[in-house]
Amino acid sequence: MTDATTDTNGMALAADGTPLKKRLGQALFRSKMRALGLATPLLLLIFFCFLVPIIIFLIRGVHNDTFEVHMPAVSVELAQWDTTSEPTEAMYAALAADLVLAKETKTIGKVASRVNRELSGTRSLFTKSARKAKKLEAPYKDALIGVSKKWADIEVWKALKVSAKSWTPAYLASAVDLKYNADGSFERKSEERRIHLQLFVRTLEISVIVTVMGLLLGYPVAFLLSTLPARTSNLLLILVLLPFWTSLLVRTTAWIAMLQSQGVLNDLFVIFGLATDEDRFSLIYNKTGTLIAMTHILLPFMILPLYSVMKTIPPTYVRAAKSMGATDWTAFWRVYFPQSIPGIGAGGILVFILAISFYITPALVGGEDGTMISNFIDFHMRKSLNWSLAAAMGGVLLTIVLFLYYIYDKVVGIDNMKLG
Amino acid sequence: MAATISGDGSVVFDRVQKSYDGEVLVVKDLNLKIDKGEFVTMLGPSGSGKSTCLMMLAGFETATHGDILLGGRPINNIPPHKRGIGMVFQNYALFPHMTVGENLSFPLEVRKMGKDEREAKVKRALDMVQMGDFIDRRPAQLSGGQQQRIALARALVFDAELVLMDEPLGALDKQLREHMQYEIKHIHENLGITVVYVTHDQSEALTMSDRVAVFDDGIIQQLSTPEALYERPENAFVAQFIGENNTLSGVVQAIKGDAATIKLDDGTVTEALAVKCGDVGNRTTLSIRPERVTVGGNKTKNSTDAKVLELIYLGDHIRCRMNVHGNEDFIVKVPNSAGHTHLQAGETTTVSWGKEDCRALDA
Amino acid sequence: MIKSLLLGAAAGAIVASSAMAAEITVVSWGGAYTKSQIEAYHKPWMAKTGNKVISEDYSGGLAEVKSQVEAGNVTWDLIDVELSDAIRGCDEGLLETIDPSILPAGADGTAAMDDFISGSITECAIPTIVWSTIFAYDTSKIADGPTTIGDFFDTSKFPGKRGMRKGPKSNLEMALAADGVAAADIYDVLGTPEGVDRAFAKLDTIKADTVWWEAGAQPPQLLADGEVAMTTAYNGRIFNAVAAEDKPFGIVWDSQVFDLDLWVIPKGAPNKEAAMDFVAFSTATEQLAAQASYISYGPARKSSSSLVGSYHTKPDLAMGPQMPTAPENFATAIQNDFEFWADNQDELNERFNAWLAQ
Ligand SMILES: Nc1ncnc2c1ncn2[C@@H]1O[C@H](COP(=O)(O)OP(=O)(O)O)[C@@H](O)[C@H]1O
Ligand SMILES: [Mg+2]
Repeated sequence: MTDATTDTNGMALAADGTPLKKRLGQALFRSKMRALGLATPLLLLIFFCFLVPIIIFLIRGVHNDTFEVHMPAVSVELAQWDTTSEPTEAMYAALAADLVLAKETKTIGKVASRVNRELSGTRSLFTKSARKAKKLEAPYKDALIGVSKKWADIEVWKALKVSAKSWTPAYLASAVDLKYNADGSFERKSEERRIHLQLFVRTLEISVIVTVMGLLLGYPVAFLLSTLPARTSNLLLILVLLPFWTSLLVRTTAWIAMLQSQGVLNDLFVIFGLATDEDRFSLIYNKTGTLIAMTHILLPFMILPLYSVMKTIPPTYVRAAKSMGATDWTAFWRVYFPQSIPGIGAGGILVFILAISFYITPALVGGEDGTMISNFIDFHMRKSLNWSLAAAMGGVLLTIVLFLYYIYDKVVGIDNMKLG
Repeated sequence: MAATISGDGSVVFDRVQKSYDGEVLVVKDLNLKIDKGEFVTMLGPSGSGKSTCLMMLAGFETATHGDILLGGRPINNIPPHKRGIGMVFQNYALFPHMTVGENLSFPLEVRKMGKDEREAKVKRALDMVQMGDFIDRRPAQLSGGQQQRIALARALVFDAELVLMDEPLGALDKQLREHMQYEIKHIHENLGITVVYVTHDQSEALTMSDRVAVFDDGIIQQLSTPEALYERPENAFVAQFIGENNTLSGVVQAIKGDAATIKLDDGTVTEALAVKCGDVGNRTTLSIRPERVTVGGNKTKNSTDAKVLELIYLGDHIRCRMNVHGNEDFIVKVPNSAGHTHLQAGETTTVSWGKEDCRALDA
Repeated sequence: MIKSLLLGAAAGAIVASSAMAAEITVVSWGGAYTKSQIEAYHKPWMAKTGNKVISEDYSGGLAEVKSQVEAGNVTWDLIDVELSDAIRGCDEGLLETIDPSILPAGADGTAAMDDFISGSITECAIPTIVWSTIFAYDTSKIADGPTTIGDFFDTSKFPGKRGMRKGPKSNLEMALAADGVAAADIYDVLGTPEGVDRAFAKLDTIKADTVWWEAGAQPPQLLADGEVAMTTAYNGRIFNAVAAEDKPFGIVWDSQVFDLDLWVIPKGAPNKEAAMDFVAFSTATEQLAAQASYISYGPARKSSSSLVGSYHTKPDLAMGPQMPTAPENFATAIQNDFEFWADNQDELNERFNAWLAQ
């Protein structure tokens, strides 16, 4: 091999005289483009099927234009209002006009729901006023106050002002138990209405415990699987995977049968005298139930990456360690364990991320202190129909997960993780 | 230092048997005595049970029957980590998550050795394999040959009296392998340790060992010095396995002392050295090394006509395939010396050999 | 020639009839309740019109309707909803308006508008039944059973776990009633911050002993499993457990909270015409009365009362006294105030959830 020829500056040159670096860049660029071209359909699919819906949903958490779209005139007036002075006649007139419009387009319910979230009791104020809006005449201030005295209340107008802002931090604030005021300030919600922060903390706590328990239970199982002869280990692997063949709902319900106070486990406790018939253990419909059921359900997700990593650790390492005088424990701890860390990382992250957004199981067996943030996202999606708040909570959850992922990358390193 | 029992490094296998599945004996009846400071190689085809023997010695497999003695003491019930045996694995088994230095200091750490002493020993061991500059590298950053040296150093660093090596050079290219053979041999000589070495490569075994145990089918076929092994194979397997070998088969007609009269399958009668041919009437295989056959010359009792079938020019000698007594794969090496016989394919010539170079072995 | 003409006509007839036979998707709450609707509404309607009804279950709320309507992909034709959802869905433009003139007059000749419970016909919804939230207990376990709502909140007199629906609705009302507020004043009290505090304070007294349920099928199961000593429940579910499964359950009617279930049609329903016809058919006097022999929910038409017979498998089990509207059950009944809940549910839900999580 000869070195590439160099020009006067000592820069390496290719056969045709162009600088070698440039030629290499060109050659690589072409192959990169070709690779990109092949991957494009897949990237587009990922983009449109995964990213776009998530982004759209997250945007809902900071954007809600229900009020601005359906009450256009008063929205303009509210934008100029300073939140402290008396509402003007122009504002009342615009409101009256918008009420008529909203009644005709059958959107008054949406508007009323929107404002009602800011101030309870305004829903009926809107629907009632809208029904009479057509007959109102100037001066609108007196006319509206004639319909309901509440229209004179400045708090109602503040609620309108908050609602009229389409791009708003109000939902994000609410997701972390803050209240966004009309004047742009934040304050903590009153004590008896604070709930989300506590739930985020509990969700993280449950996820961490489930991950740790999964690791403690899954590690020996994966180890056993990886050391057994192929035929036995395949059979056992099927047993590990068996739960995947039944629905999540069935598995959770099975735990209800096991753990409830008249359930199998408590019956055994009574038989063996560990509990009395009247005073059985509460193993379900609380945090204990959530932890037990979730650990069981997520266990395979811990075992599989661990197993696939352990499978690749040749037994000669441990033998080598022992031949050098290491006891079983030292050989395991100093030689085997460090090499299984990629599996722990993968299993841990997998279980943690699945756990943090777990939903059906805590809903069924969680009772009150075992429910998680996803159950509240679900509540706001399906029951209270406050999709914006649900989106904001989802956004906060996503941020927490990304942040933890970042920390993990800094501490352990993402490339030090092996999924299979 | 942890109490280990490798003692003076001598090893005895006493009627050792091993079966993995309770049906087949992988090791049948192993009797082997290895003296302190000896370099003994277990040589045999793949699957012949060599590694199994080594693993029993290291303590990772238990003997189904029989005793293994180390320094005169039976070790059947002693766990591997108390045996104090150094070991080099085929794939080196260097710990990927530790640096070279950490790999070497591992056996010292588990022996609770102080830091200074550890560092000194690690350095000495690395210098011994000329790898002193690589102390902070990770195994993945080393070439195969370098990894091999580290593995060797690691097996030696804790001053084991007995070192086991299971095909340690198997993954290296030919040149490097030959180079390492000499290095291992030198280290062995310098340190005076006992080495039990496993390989399926006969030239490796012959180059390095004091004695070679040829394995086949779970038993030692022959245990002797490299020279004896080549010159005086005791059975057809060894003759076939070690070096190149021509065979002729026939039936024993008469035996007188160490001289046997054999009637070959083509009806000719010839003389041979009776080694393992059994009694009169037994079938036997005659083994003749190619380089012991002379071409041309006068007819003697042990000479015959041979038809030249093929000639291959190899520089220092010419390899000649002939038909001798009906065996069409009979190889003769004609030295490319001044004035040697020039053969032509298709011509018929005379080949002859000494009676003592024609060994009558088992059929 | 003639033959092919005939064939053509026959083929035409098949095409025509299959085009005419509509297939509507009716969504309801499942279990014994849906079964009563199938027996009393779906089967006779299918027999009469030749149309087909596909029955689906849901667990209430407007979420699914909202996403169907907003996505412009409506697959449901008719939904059984609670009054508050009917009003709210109508306000938000999620529901079709239903012209009450399609409703037939009562069997006794009363005009439809006068026959239904007063004020129950709204712009987008036609009522079918009156149901109520009551509380029930296992008579085989508690011999001298509870009789008042106060007993439900009295764990020293009646020890054991309590089951309640996971949500503020009807729980707050019952709590105030147990605390001595008269049925007529409940929502006035609950409209004040002090009233809400008072209700939560009452709930606090049994919070530690409470198991919360979400689906209507759960309370009878909780009782049967012995998980709770008493539980609030929908009266029909308890009745069904007693009548169909011979469970030894007793219902306490004191301070029952009653509500309406109504038919609504989502905006843009694929088979709107057929759904309208189904609404008119199923809310006729006879159908409502027929339903009452399968489940103990009161017919929304006054004219149906006199036709209510006995339980469909037990001729000696008269259904009249099982109805929430039966005079002996109705004395202390509280009517669910949908407007109050429409106005306050966001705040009270939030507070209830926070209270639960504490
Ligand atoms: N762990 C084991 N279980 C069962 N059979 C084995 C095991 N290890 C080796 N064997 C069998 O024992 C025989 C000898 O193997 P081995 O000692 O590895 O031979 P070698 O090292 O000479 O190639 C082979 O037939 C092999 O299949
Ligand atoms: Mg081997």
